[in-house]
Amino acid sequence: MSSGQVVKRVKYKATVKDPGTSGVLKLTQEKFVFKPNDPTSNNKLDVEFRFIKSHKHTKEGSGKPPWLNLTHAQGSYIFELESFADLHVCRELVGIALSKHVQVEATKVISEEQLSSAEMTLRIKLLQEDSKLQRLHKELVASGKLTESEFWATKKKLLDQDESRKLKQRIGFKNSLIFDTKPMSDGRINQVKFQLTPEIKYQIFTLKPAVHQAFLNFVPSKMNEVDFWNKYFKAEYLHSTKNAVAAAAEAAEDEDLAVFLKDDEILEIEARKKVRRVDPTLDMEADQGDDYTHLPDHGIFRDGSKEISEAQNSLYKRTLLQDLNRQGAVVLEGKTLDMEMENPRTVAEILARRKQESDEVLGDERQNRISKMTPIEDLQSQDDHRYAPLCIKDPRDYFDFQQANAVKTLDDSQPGMEQMICSLGSEEAYGSLRASISKIQATGLRDPLFSPEVALKVLHGLTKNISSSKYHLGKTSQESVLDILPNTTKEKLLDHWVCSQELLRHFWSSYPVTTQNLVNKTRRLKDSISQIYSKLEEIKVSAQSDLRHQVSLVVHPMQQALDAALLHYDADIRKRNARGSKSNGYV
Amino acid sequence: MKFDIDDVTVYFPYDNIYPEQYSYMVELKRALDAKGHCLLEMPTGTGKTIALLSLITSYVLSKPNSPLKLLYCTRTVHEMEKTLAELRLLHEYQLRHLGPAARILALGLSSRKNLCVNSRVLTAENRDSVDAGCRKLTASWVRALAAENPSVPSCEFFEQYERAGSSAVLPPGVYTLQDLRVFGKEKGWCPYYLARHMVQFANVVVYSYQYLLDPKVAGIISKEMQKESVVVFDEAHNIDNVCIEALSVSVRRQTIEGARRNLTRMRQEIDKFKATDAGRLRAEYNRLVEGLALRGDLPATDAWLANPALPDDILKEAVPGNIRRAEHFIHVLRRLVQYLEGRLDTENVEKESPVSFVVSVLNHAGIDQKSLKFCYDRLHSLMMTLEITDTDEFLHIQTICDFATLIGTYARGFSVIIEPFDERMPHIPDPVLQLCCHDASLAIKPVFERFQSVVITSGTLSPIDLYPRLLNFNPVVSRSFTMSLTRDCICPMVLTRGSDQLPVSTKFDMRSDLGVVRNYGRLLLEMSSVVPDGIVCFFVSYSYMDGIVNTWNENGILKEIMQHKLVFIETQDVVETTLALDNYRKACDCGRGAIFFSVARGKVAEGIDFDRHYGRLVIMFGVPFQYTLSKILLARLEYLRDTFQIKEGDFLTFDALRQAAQCVGRVIRSKADYGMMIFADKRYSRHDKRSKLPSWILSHLHDAHLNLSTDMALHIAREFLRKMAQPYDKTGGTGKKTLLSQEDLQKMVISGMDDMMF
Repeated sequence: MSSGQVVKRVKYKATVKDPGTSGVLKLTQEKFVFKPNDPTSNNKLDVEFRFIKSHKHTKEGSGKPPWLNLTHAQGSYIFELESFADLHVCRELVGIALSKHVQVEATKVISEEQLSSAEMTLRIKLLQEDSKLQRLHKELVASGKLTESEFWATKKKLLDQDESRKLKQRIGFKNSLIFDTKPMSDGRINQVKFQLTPEIKYQIFTLKPAVHQAFLNFVPSKMNEVDFWNKYFKAEYLHSTKNAVAAAAEAAEDEDLAVFLKDDEILEIEARKKVRRVDPTLDMEADQGDDYTHLPDHGIFRDGSKEISEAQNSLYKRTLLQDLNRQGAVVLEGKTLDMEMENPRTVAEILARRKQESDEVLGDERQNRISKMTPIEDLQSQDDHRYAPLCIKDPRDYFDFQQANAVKTLDDSQPGMEQMICSLGSEEAYGSLRASISKIQATGLRDPLFSPEVALKVLHGLTKNISSSKYHLGKTSQESVLDILPNTTKEKLLDHWVCSQELLRHFWSSYPVTTQNLVNKTRRLKDSISQIYSKLEEIKVSAQSDLRHQVSLVVHPMQQALDAALLHYDADIRKRNARGSKSNGYV
Repeated sequence: MKFDIDDVTVYFPYDNIYPEQYSYMVELKRALDAKGHCLLEMPTGTGKTIALLSLITSYVLSKPNSPLKLLYCTRTVHEMEKTLAELRLLHEYQLRHLGPAARILALGLSSRKNLCVNSRVLTAENRDSVDAGCRKLTASWVRALAAENPSVPSCEFFEQYERAGSSAVLPPGVYTLQDLRVFGKEKGWCPYYLARHMVQFANVVVYSYQYLLDPKVAGIISKEMQKESVVVFDEAHNIDNVCIEALSVSVRRQTIEGARRNLTRMRQEIDKFKATDAGRLRAEYNRLVEGLALRGDLPATDAWLANPALPDDILKEAVPGNIRRAEHFIHVLRRLVQYLEGRLDTENVEKESPVSFVVSVLNHAGIDQKSLKFCYDRLHSLMMTLEITDTDEFLHIQTICDFATLIGTYARGFSVIIEPFDERMPHIPDPVLQLCCHDASLAIKPVFERFQSVVITSGTLSPIDLYPRLLNFNPVVSRSFTMSLTRDCICPMVLTRGSDQLPVSTKFDMRSDLGVVRNYGRLLLEMSSVVPDGIVCFFVSYSYMDGIVNTWNENGILKEIMQHKLVFIETQDVVETTLALDNYRKACDCGRGAIFFSVARGKVAEGIDFDRHYGRLVIMFGVPFQYTLSKILLARLEYLRDTFQIKEGDFLTFDALRQAAQCVGRVIRSKADYGMMIFADKRYSRHDKRSKLPSWILSHLHDAHLNLSTDMALHIAREFLRKMAQPYDKTGGTGKKTLLSQEDLQKMVISGMDDMMF
């Protein structure tokens, strides 16, 4: 192992169902090589570890054969080893190799700015999720057109979004706490098994404050942890047998055990506190105050509608119903802490502290109860709506209309058109329209807004496009010019489009140029812009003659945009050179 | 909006009104004009409460000289709060349009437990301890002591209220219990006594049924209400049960033992007084010779629960001689307790009429009927004389005296039933002696006689002709309204089979069948994966719910259900249930979705709304029949047959189906709301059962939905939910108007009322 190389006989499986190809797996710290026994098989593998994201393996005793699962971007490689011993050897090596690789990657990227590993993983994740972004990143950053930080600076939103999303979406409790924390017995032998992970301990603590309290009190002063949990599960088992008498007897013998068997006092106190805060329209406890027929022994006592409850030993009888209610409450409350749960002692302590804090915040005030009375919705006036209420007379009509709308918005998102978002009420709009009409009526149209020549030119320009593309297109509204181009050209065009947009964004955002850094950046950007410009030119020229016109129509606005940037750059340089002296902080 | 019904201008706080609300108001006004009682059934979700409040307040406003007062009775405290919240909305609207002329005083009244602000008293657990805690601080003799000796604790809120005297008044407005507490705390006045005092001057009083129906409470609280009052019983479908419960008493072993302890303690007190203050006892004796201890001249704080018998039945004459002396009275009670204990010690179920029971009391214990009748008041007087403040300790002897008074007063409409054990648990001896009332009209009779208009209203009063017979009154108006719907926003279904085509039912022989339990479970599971937000399930009883949930847990269905939604359950502990409901709402609000398991006839079914996303589907598992083997129920059925010629089967079905209708009616609150209702029992498909459902449910129950299996129901649910998700025209579009604006109403009044009838 220390030699850093392991050779094992394995079966390689492309998928879980795959019967597998047997062969030899050679693992080194850099890469792994799989050679099938059958030399004709094309299942050869030679993969470097830097493409591997993570590794998994089956557990011993889980009934599955010893599998090693190496996950990469597109899927995973599964190797079935001959024994678990082999698996462990391989696993160890893979672990080392992967950790090494991650380190290397991390150090490589951090070169420029000091990034937290969390941020780094987030960026990597974003790139992995979005192949377009990845391509862009490769094109711009790898070729040195932009630096890493520059690239991400415009993607702040993406990063932030992820951050906030992560904060909001904390993993809660599963809605099966009470099942997960139950001891299992297989029914055949007189033995109860229970599984205990830090997670389960945490769940038990939140589910049962009394156990939590007992843990704080007893461990480690009175008993050790193992004893504690043994006792706990013994109590649980007694509960599950539903033998209240036995439970009572056991509790009488062992006072520590009694703690678990009795009703949870802490819960009761908490409940009483909480009940003061509930919406009074739900408060059924208050009814008891007015119930004079059910004074003890008043009213009808035994008519079958009342239930019979056995008073004896009710102390030791916790019902499933109570458990279910408690669980619902806990799941709703959610996890209060998010941390590694290694040491139950610390978990217990932190939990206790949290609880205190939240209690303080909540206070107990009967005064703060608000009754939520919702007025009857549809009786209320609808005048306060800004828009006319949606009213569908004919569903078919409505559907078609919506469809048309959707198409229109798609068109709007094409470049060159800007959407004006107005928040005007219909009355305001109407008012202003009326006002302007009456103004025109009074004064007449003195000077037109545009000179007729310009208007004509614009109209001409617009209609020319329409008429030329109408021949090829226009049969359906969804079809676009791009669809008739050959695939390679289309992809190239789209790539360049995305790339130029990104570059332009960076370009314009670096004005005004105030630092040397920005001067360098603009220069770099200008160079890449002119590169793209020439590439576009190439595409235009290389296009087939019948498509050339279409391509140029598509390329034209892109080139215009790039032109504008180049022009601006030149003008800016000229201006600054002319001014000569550096003033006002200009570099 | 504002509109006229004949000579009354009605102020309605919304801009639109449902046509049935309008018709409801018209009918209600007719009843008010005729100064008679009325019975109105209108589906849930059509805004009964606000229509009622609007009309009555507007009616009063239009007749400024009439001293008309509204006594609004609700079943529960949370309904009280809801009603007051709606009233506040209305009041604000009226103030905006009429100015200060529209000012009214409206308040809710509840027990000390819900109104007290004294933190020392409030620490007590239950109502009786709070009452006793209050009495310990405010009883007249305690206050007299405290005046002399500052170390005797007293209640600062009550003292300040007393000091303020007649200036302690509530300014006009609408006060919920919460508002009363806040106001009381602010001013330092006791909100409970303030509210009790202000009830006489208030225009609207909202309180519990029992404050009018239960003679024990009504005797104190509602004694001074004037005749010109409109009494409203909202959600009154169970009013007959409330009435009979108010007059029923049961005695158990614990009662007997407790009563013995109480008697011993009183005996000691008497001896003590004899030694120290014999004059006091003598004074009491003299008072009793003259007549009863009149409660009128007692300070309010000394008042205790009143006589359990109805005011008209109490004789205004002197207490019989043999119980005038304290020790004699104690002795009589001892004999009575002794006798009752002897009767409890029986092997068989015994049923007896009150008359024969009184005779045997006379023969065996030597207590005549007249003495029995006076027991309660005599006890009350004695406790006053002995200055006993911890009244919660004396509930047992109070029960015995209640029993004695009731049995001494009524010769018919009651029976005494002694059971040695519960039928369902014969191995546990738990003897009980029950005095049960069968005649609902007894308790409500004084209300009908005293007040000029009594309105009984609910979403389910079908069949509407039964209630006047049960309650023995003649309504001037008796109407049942249907619901005009813009779209089919309720979808009732009868599910008779599981996916495996085996019938489902909670019939006694089938309910524990594993196949039925599994089919019910699968139904809920499938539905929970389809229906968004909240689902409410009703079971026929607690024990059935407990059993079925445990079985679902064992065979894993519960776990699968919980993958879709959180589960909350009504338990017998009200605090826990309240919290569970609160959490259920939270889960629905945050989009997690939840299921609430509840019990028909339970507390939740009585008064909690599952409107909007809080309930998109109700499943009624089984038919909630009463426990038909119950001796009390049998006795009641017999009485109903003999007196009103109501057949047993009819009454049982009627009772079960009103409960079921009540349960499923909880899902809908307005026409913009929508919900599904599944009646999961094969018996619902039978015509004789189904036809007892209220007409607003029946009219939406298509023939195709009468015999569904789980997968068919699932398909219908999917379709329904998709349909409901579409936008729609709220006003009903071109067809019949289901939402009226002010102009629509005016047009309608002009063109005549022909097309208005619902």
